[in-house]
Amino acid sequence: MKETQAHQIEKDLKINYGPNKKFITVCAGTGCRAYGSLKVKEALETELRKQNMQVDVLATGCLGFCEKGPMIVIHPDKYFYHSVKVEDVPEIVSKTIAKGEVISKLLYRDPDTKKTLFREEDLPFYKKQLRVVFGKNGMLEPTRIEDYLAIDGYQALGKVLSEMTPDDVINEVKKAGLRGRGGGGFPAAVKWEGVRRAHGEPKYVIANGDEGDPGAYMDRSLMEGNPHSVIEGMIIGAYAVGSNEGYIYVRNEYPLAVTHLTLAIEAARKMGLLGKNILGTDFSFDIHISKGAGAFVCGESSALFASIEGRAGEPRAKYVHAVEKGLWDKPTVLNNVETWANVPLIINKGADWYASIGTEGSKGTKIFSLVGKINNTGLIEVPMGTTLYEIIYDMGGGIPGGRKFKAVQTGGPSGGCIPESLLDIPVDFDKLYEVGSMMGSGGMIVMDETSCMVDVARYFLAFLKEESCGKCVPCREGVKRMSDILEDICAGKGKDGDIEILEEMSKAITDGSLCALGGSAPNPVMSTIRYFREEYDAHIKEHRCPAGVCKALITYSIDAEKCTGCGLCAKVCTVRAITGEKKKAHIIDKDKCTRCGACIQSCKFDAINVK
Amino acid sequence: MTKTENVAAATKAIIKKQGNSKSALIAVLQDIQETFNYLPKDALKTASKTMNVPLSRVYEAATFYSAFSLKPRGKNIVKICKGTACHVRGAAALQDRFESTLCIKPGETTPDKMFSLETVNCVGACALGPVVVINTDYHGQVTINKVDKIIDKIKKEGA
Repeated sequence: MKETQAHQIEKDLKINYGPNKKFITVCAGTGCRAYGSLKVKEALETELRKQNMQVDVLATGCLGFCEKGPMIVIHPDKYFYHSVKVEDVPEIVSKTIAKGEVISKLLYRDPDTKKTLFREEDLPFYKKQLRVVFGKNGMLEPTRIEDYLAIDGYQALGKVLSEMTPDDVINEVKKAGLRGRGGGGFPAAVKWEGVRRAHGEPKYVIANGDEGDPGAYMDRSLMEGNPHSVIEGMIIGAYAVGSNEGYIYVRNEYPLAVTHLTLAIEAARKMGLLGKNILGTDFSFDIHISKGAGAFVCGESSALFASIEGRAGEPRAKYVHAVEKGLWDKPTVLNNVETWANVPLIINKGADWYASIGTEGSKGTKIFSLVGKINNTGLIEVPMGTTLYEIIYDMGGGIPGGRKFKAVQTGGPSGGCIPESLLDIPVDFDKLYEVGSMMGSGGMIVMDETSCMVDVARYFLAFLKEESCGKCVPCREGVKRMSDILEDICAGKGKDGDIEILEEMSKAITDGSLCALGGSAPNPVMSTIRYFREEYDAHIKEHRCPAGVCKALITYSIDAEKCTGCGLCAKVCTVRAITGEKKKAHIIDKDKCTRCGACIQSCKFDAINVK
Repeated sequence: MTKTENVAAATKAIIKKQGNSKSALIAVLQDIQETFNYLPKDALKTASKTMNVPLSRVYEAATFYSAFSLKPRGKNIVKICKGTACHVRGAAALQDRFESTLCIKPGETTPDKMFSLETVNCVGACALGPVVVINTDYHGQVTINKVDKIIDKIKKEGA
């Protein structure tokens, strides 16, 4: 292969961002942006100009530790500052940038050891992670292809096009044991092989970026933070299966991902990495972006094809396989965004290296979004087989407010809730399935003793009822009926035998539904009945919500000993249910109270009881 | 030009930009909504005729996807995230408060056309939960008692 323009730029950049170069990276993921990281970046640039210093400031993709945004890293010392405010900027520039002094109040303090930690890799949140896919986010500005090239971007593509046949690529991915990161965990190489062998032209390659599982946002952070890694993976996949045209299907709620992907595709085209005769070879491939319009079912393969074709996203029966008849009835490879981002890594570092990470049946790493009632909310990337305990307690820092862990929900609406007794299981595709949940795209929603498991099941079924496309009866009618029963239970109208009906319907819906949305819809109910049956019983038999969530089953009262009579609760109560004299304990009129929760959120003395 | 003609002309321009193939329908509808803030009836009729897609198909797509609205929406779109992470952190109570403060339910618009209330499955900003996205601004860790302040601030800025 000829020495390309891309390689020359890469060489130049290596010098620019060499190990001794001073520069600042500011996390510009969605979380940090919401905390104001772009204003911090702007302030840094202004201050550097004011103090006559020439230091580059990069707005990078998500660093994962969303709890502590905005985050900045100062290179080459790699000092990690969190919760940075615009007011901190002058000090950062005059002390850390100019003199290399650290500002300890901006460093992370370990809540257990009380030690101040200087660098990202020292933080308990990051220490046990293995960030081979996601970690590159912090080293590049996603809108600049040059940054991706500087960290060996598109080298895997170069290697594939110059040294490997399509069969070599498929074999390498097969040897690596890469399984799809979108939900089911289907072996990627088997799909690829199927499409390569399938009759029919053209063949399509698609990245599924319709990250619909509520509580999961790792694909968002990859598309926003490192779009070229997804694109490079897709080009390699296209070469392997013999495709010239691809799509990235992005959900409507991710406008920044669309912007960054669009810029990345344009930049790649300009450098001859996409389009006709890629890197001077005979191989041509191009990518289009297709935007979703807010339908969960479009994450399902055949519904996604329908949506790209410009129709309502209704799935079809699965006896016709996408590898033979996918988009426009042509052979199609559909893989999740994270799966594609793993491909360049496998080519660069080799299948043996990749397969050395993880468990027997699940290789490599997985990115999880660790959210809900957890101290360190964020995205983590860990080797497959890491235990739930390590994830929740070592990286996640446990449950806030000293409350007790109750369950972790994985797999989105198709998954289930895993109780405390199973926290020691190693997380991989097969193990999660065994305990009644699934990997899904990698959302992990942590729940504590103040989360009601019946309410969680009700929430998911209400979600699925809304999102059911309505094509097949078991899902359309069955999920609705299950949802009605759960609404009743939460409203205190549960009856003996409800649990049995739910169980029976679950089986019928699982067996009879057309697609995976319906087929897995009963999982949240089944898993909560399996592990938290006593909560269902408390709702149905005792008309009690032990977690204090279901409004119809709880009452609010004020603890006279804790109440100082500050009057704040009475002030925020919109229905005037709280009365009392100043500096004396207040009382709640239970008939007026709507249990909206405003008083609880306003009380500084934890004086409001829910029972 | 009448209003109907205006809508038709704008729709035709959008179709031209997106490429007049049936597969562009969703993208065309997205652009129409971006232009008018909702999907006007006349725009759907024009799209059906110009793109040679039956009006029933256009209507099917327009009502299937939750991002589309057939009714005019307010100046400010309040989207409450109903993702799981936000749910366990109290999104339902937050929704109740937005409903009572604005006196509308999700999918509705205030009579003065200032606010529309919508729910969204997950905006992928779970660390900030519960999250409310107003227009393009993300409001994180919103408490029930902050709702009125947020709405008042927007009202003041709008006045």
